[in-house]
Amino acid sequence: MSLRSSYLDDDSERGLFRVQRGAFLDPDVLVEERARIFERCWLYLGHESEVAEPGAFRMRELGTRKIVFVRGKDRVVRALLNSCTHRGAEVCRERAGNANSFQCFYHGWTFGNDGRLIGVPGDDAYTPAFSREQLRLHEAPRLEAYRGFYFVCFDANAVSLATYLAGATEYLDLVADQSELGMEIVGGTQSYAINANWKLLVENSYDGYHGLITHARYFKYLAGSGAVGTPIGGTVNCARELGNGHAVVEYTAQWGRPIAHWVPSFGEAMAPEIREIRAQLERRLGPERAHRIATTSRNLGVFPNLVINDIMAITVRTFHPLAPGRMNVEAWSLAPRGEASEHRRHRLENFLTFLGPGGFATPDDIEGLESCQRGYATAPDAWNDISRETAASAPTVTGEAQMRAFWRRWQELLAPKVTSLAEARRAAAR
Amino acid sequence: MPRLAEAARVQPAAPLTRVEVEDFLYAEAALLDEWRLDEWLALFTEDCTYSVPSTDSPEADPSDTLFLIADDAARLRSRVEQLLGKNTWSENPHARTRRLLSNVRIRKLEGARVWVTANFAVYRLRSNQVGTYVGRYEYVLEHEGARIRIEHRRAILDLESLRDVGKLSFIL
Repeated sequence: MSLRSSYLDDDSERGLFRVQRGAFLDPDVLVEERARIFERCWLYLGHESEVAEPGAFRMRELGTRKIVFVRGKDRVVRALLNSCTHRGAEVCRERAGNANSFQCFYHGWTFGNDGRLIGVPGDDAYTPAFSREQLRLHEAPRLEAYRGFYFVCFDANAVSLATYLAGATEYLDLVADQSELGMEIVGGTQSYAINANWKLLVENSYDGYHGLITHARYFKYLAGSGAVGTPIGGTVNCARELGNGHAVVEYTAQWGRPIAHWVPSFGEAMAPEIREIRAQLERRLGPERAHRIATTSRNLGVFPNLVINDIMAITVRTFHPLAPGRMNVEAWSLAPRGEASEHRRHRLENFLTFLGPGGFATPDDIEGLESCQRGYATAPDAWNDISRETAASAPTVTGEAQMRAFWRRWQELLAPKVTSLAEARRAAAR
Repeated sequence: MPRLAEAARVQPAAPLTRVEVEDFLYAEAALLDEWRLDEWLALFTEDCTYSVPSTDSPEADPSDTLFLIADDAARLRSRVEQLLGKNTWSENPHARTRRLLSNVRIRKLEGARVWVTANFAVYRLRSNQVGTYVGRYEYVLEHEGARIRIEHRRAILDLESLRDVGKLSFIL
C-alpha cells in the first residue's frame, strides 16, 4: 500500500487533533520512518556504566543493525558495527562481556576492542594497497553522550546530541543528579516484543489518561498497601513539550520513590534511610531541587524511541520497529551507584510492582497496545483522536499535549511525503 | 530386606520420594492450568517466594539484579488476587495454559526441606497465538509427613528473551 494523502489532522482553530490509523498500519510509512527518522535522529545506545571497564561490551540491536557498544583499551567508548570488514560476518557473537579483541570465525580476521584490524591469516597474499587501517571495523557515524547516556546517529551531518536533546536535558539532569557517585544500569535486561506499532508505545509511556483505568489493579494494590492521596497528579501535574518532538509529564503520585519519597508500604524500617537520602540531596542540590527530584514522578519521551520513566523506580526503555505491527523492546533499571544493598533490593521490588512484562501494570499496557493494533486493522480508515487539553493553558498528565508534540515532529520529519490534513484544507481554501 | 531396615533406622521420618514429589508437582501444574489459583496459593508457606529471572541473568539474585518477577508472599497473594479479579486485562479473559513437566530430580534433602529441579514447557494460548515458555523450575519444598508446601519457587527461562512470547502476565 502506498502512502495516504494525510496522516495528521492538526486543526488548531477548532482544537482538534487526529491521527490517521494508516500511520500505524501502512508498510510505506515504516519505510519512510526508517529513512527519515531512524536514519537521521539520535538513537539511545546505552549507559556509560554498562561499559565501565576497558574491553567491556554490550551488543545492542537498533532495528536491523547490531552494534557493539564497547570501551576500548584506550578507554574510548565506540559504537562498532558488528560486521567484518572482509566479507561481512558478525565479529561479536556474545550479548555482553569483556574482550580484548573480536575475531570473525569465518576467515579469522581479528579486530581489537578499539576496532583496529590486528590479525589477518595469510596476509602475504595481498598487495601493498591492502590497508589494515582502512579495514578497521565500521562505526556509527556519530556517537555522543549526555550525562552518561550514549546515543548514536547514522546521519554524519546531524546537529550535536546536546542540541538535539533540547529541553530534554533538564529532565535527564533530574535523573543524573540523583547520586553524587553517578548512576548505573542494574544487571538484568527485560527484553520482550509487542505486536503493535512502535508509536503506540511512545504514546503509552507518558499517557496519564489511561493510568487509573488500564491499571486499576495496580492502584488497588497500592491502596491495599496503605497508599493515600491523589493517585496521579496531585500538587504537581503538568505536561511539557521540550522541543524536537521530546516531551515530558511531571506529577506527584501515590507510589513511593526510593529516591526519596517514603510511603507506608516501604515500612517503618526504611523511613530513616529515606530521610537521610533526602537530607543528602538537600545538602548537595538545595531544598527546592531536592524536593523536586525526591517527590515528583516524570515520564520522559526522547524522540523517537527512548523513554526514561522516573516513577516508582527508574526505567530506561528503548524500542525499535520490526514491522508496522511489531516492535522489540529493551528495558533496564537505572539506580544510584553505590546504593546500600538493602535499598537496592527495595528499589528493584518497587520497580517490579508496576514495570516490566511480569509487573502489575506493563502486561496490561502490552495487552492494550496489541488490542489497538488489531482495532486499526478492523477500522483502518478511521482517525484516532488526540485532542485532550488542546485549549488548556496548563496541560496536565491526563491530557495529550505530550503526544501532540511527538506527532508534530513526526509529521515535520516525514514531510513532504506525509502531509497534514489541516494544512491541505488551508491550502485548498487559499 | 536388611537394607530397607537399615534405611528406616537412619531416617525415621521417611524422606520424600521422587514419585511423591512428581505427584505433588503434577497436581500443582493442574491447579495452575485450571486457574484454581486460590488452591494453588494455599500450597505455599507463609514466607514463600516466587521468582523469574531476566532472560540474560538466569543465575542472578533478585536483591541486586532486575528480575521479571520477584514476589514475596504478600506480592504473590496480591498477584493471585489480581489474576482472579476482573481488571487484569492481559488475563481477562484468561489464557489457556498447558504445562508439561519432566526430568524431576531431587537434588538435596535436609531435614524437612527438599531441593527439587524439573524441566518445563508451558504453552500459553490466547488471541490465536501460542507462546511457548521453556525452562526449568527450582523448588525448595517443606514437608511434614505427607503434606508438602512450597517455600521457594523459581522458574528459570531458557528463552533468550521474551520476544517470542511477549509477556509474563500469568503464573509460569
